[in-house]
Amino acid sequence: MRTDPILRVCNLSKRFGGVNAVYDVSFYLYEGETLGIIGPNGSGKSTLINLITGFVKPDSGKVYFRGRDITGITPDKAVSLGIARSFQLVRPFYNMAVYKNLVIPLYSPRVRKLKGGKYGDRDEVAIHLLEEVGFERDSQVPFKTAGTLPHGYMKRLELARCLSLQPEVVILDELFSGMSMSEIASMLPLLEKINREEGRTLIMVEHRLRELFRVVGKVIVLNFGMKIAEGTPAEVMEVEEVRKAYLGSEVEAGA
Amino acid sequence: MVKRGYRKERLDRGIKARSDDIFAIASWRETLYLILPRAAVIVSLLAFPLLKDVLGHYWQNVMLITCTIALLALSWDLLASVGLVSLGQALFFGVGAYLAGFLSRTFGWTPLLTIPASTVAGALLCTAILFPVLRLRGIYFGLITFALPLLMMRMIEATKILGGTEGLSGLPPLPDITFELYLVITAALVCAFGFKRLMDTDYGLVLRAIRDNDRSVLASGINIQWYKAQAVFIAALPGTFAGAFLTHHYQFVGMPAFALDFSILPLTSVVIGGAGTFAGAVLGAFILVPLSEVLRAFGTLRVVIYCSFLIIFTIGLPEGIFRFIERKYHQFERVVPLEEVRA
Amino acid sequence: MELVNVLVFGLVNSAVLALTAMGFSLTFGLSGVANFAHGGLYLLAGYTSWILANRLNLPFAVSAVLAVILAALLGALIYRLVLMPVRGIVLSEVIATFAVGVAILELFRWMGFVTYEFNLRPFVKGSVEIAGVAVDYQRILIIGIGLVLAAGLWYFTRRTRIGLALRGMAQDEYTALSVGIESDWAAALSLALGAGLAAVAALSILPLGIISINIGYDVLLIALAVTVLGGLESTTGLVAGAFILGYAMTFTSTYLGPQWMEAVYMAAIVLVLAVKPSGLFGKSKELEERV
Repeated sequence: MRTDPILRVCNLSKRFGGVNAVYDVSFYLYEGETLGIIGPNGSGKSTLINLITGFVKPDSGKVYFRGRDITGITPDKAVSLGIARSFQLVRPFYNMAVYKNLVIPLYSPRVRKLKGGKYGDRDEVAIHLLEEVGFERDSQVPFKTAGTLPHGYMKRLELARCLSLQPEVVILDELFSGMSMSEIASMLPLLEKINREEGRTLIMVEHRLRELFRVVGKVIVLNFGMKIAEGTPAEVMEVEEVRKAYLGSEVEAGA
Repeated sequence: MVKRGYRKERLDRGIKARSDDIFAIASWRETLYLILPRAAVIVSLLAFPLLKDVLGHYWQNVMLITCTIALLALSWDLLASVGLVSLGQALFFGVGAYLAGFLSRTFGWTPLLTIPASTVAGALLCTAILFPVLRLRGIYFGLITFALPLLMMRMIEATKILGGTEGLSGLPPLPDITFELYLVITAALVCAFGFKRLMDTDYGLVLRAIRDNDRSVLASGINIQWYKAQAVFIAALPGTFAGAFLTHHYQFVGMPAFALDFSILPLTSVVIGGAGTFAGAVLGAFILVPLSEVLRAFGTLRVVIYCSFLIIFTIGLPEGIFRFIERKYHQFERVVPLEEVRA
Repeated sequence: MELVNVLVFGLVNSAVLALTAMGFSLTFGLSGVANFAHGGLYLLAGYTSWILANRLNLPFAVSAVLAVILAALLGALIYRLVLMPVRGIVLSEVIATFAVGVAILELFRWMGFVTYEFNLRPFVKGSVEIAGVAVDYQRILIIGIGLVLAAGLWYFTRRTRIGLALRGMAQDEYTALSVGIESDWAAALSLALGAGLAAVAALSILPLGIISINIGYDVLLIALAVTVLGGLESTTGLVAGAFILGYAMTFTSTYLGPQWMEAVYMAAIVLVLAVKPSGLFGKSKELEERV
């Protein structure tokens, strides 16, 4: 018998101006598992993430983290509990040096508590983190202003921000979008390391199904805010509704 | 057609003093280059009160007002660096001023007790007042700070508390003008350099990050509301101090403490001097206040004049005078002929 | 009896407030500029009309029309000279327009427009009795003008092509550009219209009392209070905000004393922004959804 799921979402709903952005979505996830959330554009994937991480308050439904009700929690509280997320539209602190971007999360109560009040030089930790997500070692890039970074690097910075919080659940909102094939390829081992070695639970919202399916073991499919399928990647792609929802809109659906 | 053209070239001086935190101080000359401007300002400010026989009572009073406005401008600048734009610095000023008057009248405390007490208590009170609206941004926060001091004024008028329209007069004074000057000058210097230092720490970095992009700060697990409240408290300190100080200087506090002047003058100072540098806020006050004293003969026309400043600087030199001077100090400028410009 | 009084004057007050705020609200709704020179433009129209009528002995109607035109031109000029270089930087827009407004007001103060001789002639003299309360024609006229302008405004922004285009622009500048609306021209127009409305309001309301500089500051605050209360962009919100505030002020003035009247609209700004920043009738999700 396994313990409580690390994350359990029950009948979550949110309406925006008469439209159901998310309607009656439920799922659960055990510690160390990986989950992919897929669906056509506007199917409520990002809203679902926002509801879980507290950026949007749900109209009804519950979210449990390790059995504890965290519905309608504020985003910073969610982080303090160990749920970190990245954003689809990355917006770093443009005017700061890249490594200074990571000083902000390193200053958060969560990191300070985990380090037991003793945290060496935040700048050094930040640069180390940047190397981990694929910034070249000993390059000048971390010292440049974040606004000058190419898009792919901004995405990595966003990932580094999540990881700097030492989260238990990492939620990545379209990490791969705007990345080149080779960039994505270089991310895959890192994601595997986050999940397998460090034991962090991973949730990924993605359009790039082929790459996503190499990382996640379980998938839920949303359409018009509703969950239309759940299962392993192979299972969900067999579902008629999923095929219909993706028909024509996603070339990669046949993966 | 070939036209000869010229362009201006800007070059950094050969010292790496301007990069973020790397100081390459190799010689006495370079150390001086860095320290001299700061030292000159500090020394001349501290020497000012000693010159009372030369300058006379009038200019000492001007200095006093200048420093009070500089304190309010510093307070504005710190708030703005968290993204809270205040159109009502008079709130801080008035709260400090009335608290000092109230404490002094009710408990008969000496100014040396009421000033620190009302500085801290006033800042706490202001933070409590502004706490519910800290989530507002941009113009909405501006609107509320614009309305608050005026509301305070009307409330005092309507309820007749704290002396109503008459105000509280006959309050105990501070020892003497030299003491007052040293007190207010020191306060301004401590705030200017202290705030600058504060914004360079990791804590200050978090504050600046909130201004730039609050969403990512939230996602970094930091409670924005709480940090904004701290910033308001810190920013309110110089404001409430200025109020409490002037109350004892004039031995009077009344409704003008919440007047628009104490909102417009600091704001104009920052706009003239340049926001985000703290030194700019002080510089602005040191230009604006003495100037408006010189122009006192023109009556309310001087308000028109500093409104014109406000417009000209907002449009023409948004970086403010301080950054302009700083740039000139750190860079060579020379005119170089262009090779050939085809027109 | 007193209640009838309150009801009638509450209505008049609401109309005055709606009229006062209309120009500010229109400009904000069409171009997103919070024109803090509103009070300055309002008084400028009042004084101009007075100067034209009393110093140059022009007929009142002519002076009124000229004052409205002048205010509108100045509105457009403010956009061209002051706002255009700082367009999009909300803080700079507010500071610059506020400075213009204060400059206008203090210039008049300096020129000596501070005594009691400055009052505008009402359009019509005399009064009528409504349910036992004497109401002068000017006040009834204000209600009329308020109604006509509010209806006209609603029609202009919802039904006419140019109004819809301007509104579209306020919401999405890029789309508007792509359908061929020149954004600077539109914004200048919105400022001119707003300033013109401020002038109309001044000419109808100022005859109720003497003109004084401080009215200019109050007008700005009233405009802010009404628009904040009703939500910053709709005509319906504006009218509703004016009615709520108008009756609130009349009630407080009657039952608590006139010294509380001005506290009411300041308190309205503070409370509404603290509790529901998008206004009582606004739907700005961006503000509500903020955590």
